[in-house]
Amino acid sequence: MSEAIVSIRNVTKAFPGGVTAVDNVSLDIAQNEFFALLGPSGCGKTTLLRMISGLETPTAGGILIGGEDMAYTPPNKRPTNMVFQSYAVFPHMTVEQNVGYGLKVTGVASDEIKRRVGEALEMVKLTALATRKPDQMSGGQRQRVALARALVKRPKVLLLDEPLSALDAKLRDDMRMELTRLQETVGITFIIVTHDQDEALSMASRIAVMDKGAVQQVATPAELYEQPKNRFVADFIGKVNLIEARVHRQIGRKIDCELKGVGRMELNSDNLVGAQVSVAVRPEKLKIATSEPTSAVRVQGKVRDVAYYGDTSHVVIEAGDGLDLSVNVQNDTRLGGAGVERGQQVWVYWAPEDSIVLTE
Amino acid sequence: MAAQLKPGQGPLDYGSRTWLKVLFAVIFFVLYAPIITLVAFSFNTDKRGVVWRGFTLDNYTKAWNNASLIEALTNSLVIAVIATVIATVLGALTALLMWRFRFPFKGAYEGFMALPIVIPEICMGVALLLFFVNSGMMELFVHLPWPLNLGNIIFAHVTFCFPFVAVVVRSRLVGFNRQLEEASKDLGASEWQTFWSIIVPFMKPGLIAGALLAFTLSLDDFVITFFTSGPETVTFPVKVYSLVRRGVSPEINAASTVLIVITVVATVLAMKLQAPPKADKG
Amino acid sequence: MENWKQNPRVFWTLGIPPSLWLLAFFIIPLGFLFVMSFSDKAMVDGQVSITGYDYLTGITNYIRAFDSLYLGIMWKSVWISALATALCLLTAYPIAFGICFAQDKWKPLLLLLVVLPFWINLLIRTYALIAVFRTQGYVNKILGVVGLGPYEMLYNNFAVIFGLVYVYMPFMVLPLYATIERLDKSYLEASLDLGGSQFQTFLRVTVPLTMPGIISGIILVFIPCLGSFLTPDLLGGANALMIGNVIERQFKAANDWPFGSALSFLLMYATFGALALRYLFTLRSKGVDV
Ligand SMILES: Nc1ncnc2c1ncn2[C@@H]1O[C@H](COP(=O)(O)OP(=O)(O)OP(=O)(O)O)[C@@H](O)[C@H]1O
Ligand SMILES: [Mg+2]
Repeated sequence: MSEAIVSIRNVTKAFPGGVTAVDNVSLDIAQNEFFALLGPSGCGKTTLLRMISGLETPTAGGILIGGEDMAYTPPNKRPTNMVFQSYAVFPHMTVEQNVGYGLKVTGVASDEIKRRVGEALEMVKLTALATRKPDQMSGGQRQRVALARALVKRPKVLLLDEPLSALDAKLRDDMRMELTRLQETVGITFIIVTHDQDEALSMASRIAVMDKGAVQQVATPAELYEQPKNRFVADFIGKVNLIEARVHRQIGRKIDCELKGVGRMELNSDNLVGAQVSVAVRPEKLKIATSEPTSAVRVQGKVRDVAYYGDTSHVVIEAGDGLDLSVNVQNDTRLGGAGVERGQQVWVYWAPEDSIVLTE
Repeated sequence: MAAQLKPGQGPLDYGSRTWLKVLFAVIFFVLYAPIITLVAFSFNTDKRGVVWRGFTLDNYTKAWNNASLIEALTNSLVIAVIATVIATVLGALTALLMWRFRFPFKGAYEGFMALPIVIPEICMGVALLLFFVNSGMMELFVHLPWPLNLGNIIFAHVTFCFPFVAVVVRSRLVGFNRQLEEASKDLGASEWQTFWSIIVPFMKPGLIAGALLAFTLSLDDFVITFFTSGPETVTFPVKVYSLVRRGVSPEINAASTVLIVITVVATVLAMKLQAPPKADKG
Repeated sequence: MENWKQNPRVFWTLGIPPSLWLLAFFIIPLGFLFVMSFSDKAMVDGQVSITGYDYLTGITNYIRAFDSLYLGIMWKSVWISALATALCLLTAYPIAFGICFAQDKWKPLLLLLVVLPFWINLLIRTYALIAVFRTQGYVNKILGVVGLGPYEMLYNNFAVIFGLVYVYMPFMVLPLYATIERLDKSYLEASLDLGGSQFQTFLRVTVPLTMPGIISGIILVFIPCLGSFLTPDLLGGANALMIGNVIERQFKAANDWPFGSALSFLLMYATFGALALRYLFTLRSKGVDV
């Protein structure tokens, strides 16, 4: 990783009401990253972002931006700019004036303002609307104004709070690509807050998953999906089957364990003898067979439910011991469907290396 | 290097800024110091009311024994009570009319009803003076026995009070669920029964708040009363005015304190009643 | 809402009493005033009558109102009111702003503290000011301790302006509070975030976006100041007269009702002018105040 542009050190934010919105968080965000803060509602993402921008200050800890501690620096003295969730495009100014505002108040010469505003508007494709007032524009256009207004300042870090949440589904997809493209063009670090995992997975180069004010895991999208660190992350990112298991003994770098409702098997993991662990398996890694498969990990059960989604079908299978397994089946032939029907007795199997052993 | 924020303080947390606290303290001091001084010195033994010499209720007894002051206070209260009753009825009628009906020139009518609220008091005072004198009402009422001789003032007070009552009651009515009324009629109640059993109880907080507002407005009015009162019909503010013109005395302080207490209590009551339920519990 | 034709009986029952009342005790009196403003005192045996009038004789009273003496008083009324309004705005803005940004639990109390004096009798508040500012009053006592004064602080323009600000400040705070409270705080945050200082943010974002409240407040204070009678009467000296005092004098001491009526109408026109201005501003700012 190249040198960190934003470095968050043991930051805690307790609101006067007694809510600890951010609890001892440490993070390093590198130059040119597209970084996402992901987590359920109320987990403190916005608060953390606002502390980076200076709109809130931590009650403890440090925030280094470009190597300088700025935890208590007012927002107007920071090299960061924000795209607000509500956009906060000034209603009493035209598009041009909005975009030029940040330059004007910092005393940039007027011809330079004109040039840079022109460039910024071109970048977000709003040149034609330069003299419009915000109340004559759509939500998507207002968001572009907010983006241009922040980018024109050439910040070291661009902060975006749920930038896509107020857009309709189609526009959201377009904007996602647009944001990725912009980030690559301007080469500025983007930090985006979202509670939508698809958004984070598809756009970000790295993601911090937060829960209850604390960072649970920081990793690339693929790592998060395939190697979640704990049950929360496994459950929060994508769908997962979590199976309780008890470890009997250690065999080299493997464990011999008993999966509730499945049976005894060997899985890759370090020394965990006697521990109660969870085994996570993604639904698309599970396979269904009508006759007994040869795989080392297999379990018999009854199909309880089949939900058809066009490209895939989601099948729920009741195994023994109260264990329900979700399986995603590709509908790869036109008339075949999931190939199973409700009430049918089937086998479910998967490759042992597709199991993730989770201890926390 | 720019001024740093304090830990936990946001850039918009003006509430925690010292300069704002100081400003608040200064402005509230200027706003309240004269009134507090006035109240405090109504309990002072010093005749000239400058230096604190000790606590006494003498000023109150003296004010109480001052027949003309008490008469003025009685007049004020009688006027306020009668004017409040009439103004509340008229205001409620206006509010119901505006709330219930669509009719031609409604906007103009509404503006017309607001006129007594917006035109300068002194203009209304002199217009009423002119009217009472030229219509013979002044002459007529002056010779009637008390409290009928307060008639002119009561007419004047009702006129500037009831548009305020109408505003308060109407804002209450806006929250009324029309379906209640329909349900009542559907169950066989007549227009009149529905009015008394459904609408009036709903309006009640608005009526009380409006009445208290009318009461304080009437009790407080000086300018309009000043022009419409005869020599025999002095109200409390008019009396205080004539005393104040002659100078400062602890007796006025005592009388004023009584009036302050009455209006503050009425106001706080009105606010409590007017506040929509749960709204200010934040 | 139903059409009045659907239920004319109820409509008239509700409508007639207040309308008649307003007609009898407001419109007709104003009509008297209007007629009087175009009248003159009658001449009886070559003498000016005390109570007789020649009605509707012409506009002499209005012409007289534009005589330099009265023009001067009107002009003074306007500038005293304007100055008092400006001072009200300067003090009320930080108050309203501060209340909006105070913790929620303090807001109702602070608002109550601001509006409470407004409910105390105007006369009593003015009297309280006299007691504090008179030559033997508190302010002079305190100044005396530092070896200054005593000064004559009453009975001049300063006292009138101070009195007006003191009395009408709550009128300014309330509309300002209402607009600032409704203002989306993320505009201010956006301005700070884009590099604006607190002061720039205030000037370029907060003030323009709260303009409707500012204008309401200005009108709400300016109108009663312009028509005020009691404050200049008690706090002003002989040369701190305002238009209200002149009107009062015509109806009492000078006994020139026709002229007083004309002045009253001029004052009313000025009031309506101010209200019309406010209406125009609200129309114009509709776009901003979404
Ligand atoms: N100004 C504040 N005062 C008190 N508590 C606050 C304040 N702002 C946020 N909180 C609390 O802090 C916690 C985290 O809030 P935050 O806005 O950071 O959540 P979030 O992760 O952005 O959630 P969402 O996805 O709903 O936007 C919440 O419990 C919230 O109630
Ligand atoms: Mg949020």
